[in-house]
Amino acid sequence: MAEGLYTKKVMAHFKKPHNYGKIKDADGIGTVGNLVCGDVMKLYIKVVKNKKGQEIIKEIKFETFGCVAAIATSSAITDLAKGKTLEEAMKISKSEVAESLGSLPPIKMHCSVLASDALIEAIYDYFSRNKKGMPADLLAKHQKIFKEKEETEKRYKDWTEMEKKILE
Amino acid sequence: MAEIKKSVLSKAAARRRKNNMEAKKEKTPRIYMDYGAATPVDQRILKKISRFPAEVFGNTMSLHSFGQRSKGILEESREIVAGLMGAKPQEIIFTGSATESNNLTLKGAAFANRERGNHIIISPIEHSCVGESAKWLESQGFEVTKLKVDRYGLVDPKEVENLIKKETILVSVMHANNEIGTIEPIEEIGAICHEKGVYFHTDAAQSLGKIPIDVNKMNIDLLTGSSQKMYGPKGAACLFIREGVRISPIIHGGGQEFGLRSGTVNIAAIYGFAQACALCKKEMSKESVRIVKLRDKLIKGVMDKIEGVHLNGHPEKRLPNNANFWFEFVEGESLIIQLDLAGIAGSTGSACSSAKLQPSHVLLATGLRPQEAHGSLRLTLGRWTTEKEINYVLKVLPGIIKQLREISPFKKQEDY
Repeated sequence: MAEGLYTKKVMAHFKKPHNYGKIKDADGIGTVGNLVCGDVMKLYIKVVKNKKGQEIIKEIKFETFGCVAAIATSSAITDLAKGKTLEEAMKISKSEVAESLGSLPPIKMHCSVLASDALIEAIYDYFSRNKKGMPADLLAKHQKIFKEKEETEKRYKDWTEMEKKILE
Repeated sequence: MAEIKKSVLSKAAARRRKNNMEAKKEKTPRIYMDYGAATPVDQRILKKISRFPAEVFGNTMSLHSFGQRSKGILEESREIVAGLMGAKPQEIIFTGSATESNNLTLKGAAFANRERGNHIIISPIEHSCVGESAKWLESQGFEVTKLKVDRYGLVDPKEVENLIKKETILVSVMHANNEIGTIEPIEEIGAICHEKGVYFHTDAAQSLGKIPIDVNKMNIDLLTGSSQKMYGPKGAACLFIREGVRISPIIHGGGQEFGLRSGTVNIAAIYGFAQACALCKKEMSKESVRIVKLRDKLIKGVMDKIEGVHLNGHPEKRLPNNANFWFEFVEGESLIIQLDLAGIAGSTGSACSSAKLQPSHVLLATGLRPQEAHGSLRLTLGRWTTEKEINYVLKVLPGIIKQLREISPFKKQEDY
């Protein structure tokens, strides 16, 4: 059974994902992953200020094309990020995502990276839109994600071209 | 008083809960639609071989009566398996798996015929045991050419003819593809190979016992068959080697199986395989009519009830039991697990379900883009598939696709 492959927590998120769908007037959107690889994750956030004047994630939703682990980590990160200040949310790590699900099969660990990256990208998008005080570590994280994305796309381009060549 | 009432109530509630749970348990059926991956052993075969490990254990190489009893059963099995494909018994050797038969074919034929040439032609949709063997042979100095296939997965015999050169020693094209079920023009390819004096091998792991095979009529020199794909036990497979075809062993030792496959034979599995062949020979024509009817109902139902679905493989030239689709905007592993939760066992060519994290080479060879291959679903029917099961799949599949599409960021072809 599927339960043998994934933990109960992963399966619970997969069966009934939390916070899926679109936020039409989102304040930030983060898209990560690659269609060729088979995982695309999109996170929408709605940001408001709390009583202390801190910016918090009031609402968060996801849309994901991908495997069980991709859907479960998407769902899990919305739980982890909801209500957090942007500063706190930025710090949510891939291991936190994986731990909140019990564990992930080693081959699926990259899905937890995808989820935390998507959140970083959504927050980065929020700051870019508002053109104000982009935190330096957020920018650095975004640049790292961007660079990795480029490399993956190049790798897959090389690979698909290689396949094409073989077939020709 | 109130307390008594409470306990009675809670007892009733517990009973209701239990009944509900039992009803729920019954509601999720267990439907196996992955016969292309593995088949359960037919009970009629199981009955015949269940006592073999304890009773028919003699070594076929031993001269005493225990050994000779095993030897007799081995030769009887050889005759039955040969009979399913129009071969002579001495042209059949038993191996442990179709993977082994295919390895033996490629490596054995390559090394035995090195003085004749070093060129091998295979199709791009072969099982990985052929593809990987060919890749290894390349590292050993052999040259491998891959054919093309059309959008249905069909090989063009003319291309085979054009690619054969004087160094060519072997052409290997599978009889029917394991993923998309497409049946290749084996007879034509075989005729070309024979005309050019090149050995022709076909991997019939998926087709033997499902559609008729005649190695002579179809111009086949080497053919792989597998017990566990036709309701026989695992651990037995065969390789048909036409008389006169030169092939070297890859497993050396005591010289069993005409010196081509050393190692004590697995007599229980082999006899089970032979019984599976006998049953298929007897029941194939009737069985395939029944399964085609169910399969066509499944394909039509899926195409009618769900939007954005495409059939993989050839509409007519396909195995009786194979249905393979791809669904837009949906990823296959999620689909398989959702189906499994609903009690249906299927398979996918999505990268996420594979150990290599790469989409199916078969679907890519037919021209599908990776994102399309990720959304593939294979349902393979078998001896115990019922119309009720087909109806159930048609009932639950549309909802599962709808749910996964709701979660998907892709909704239109343009952004996909």
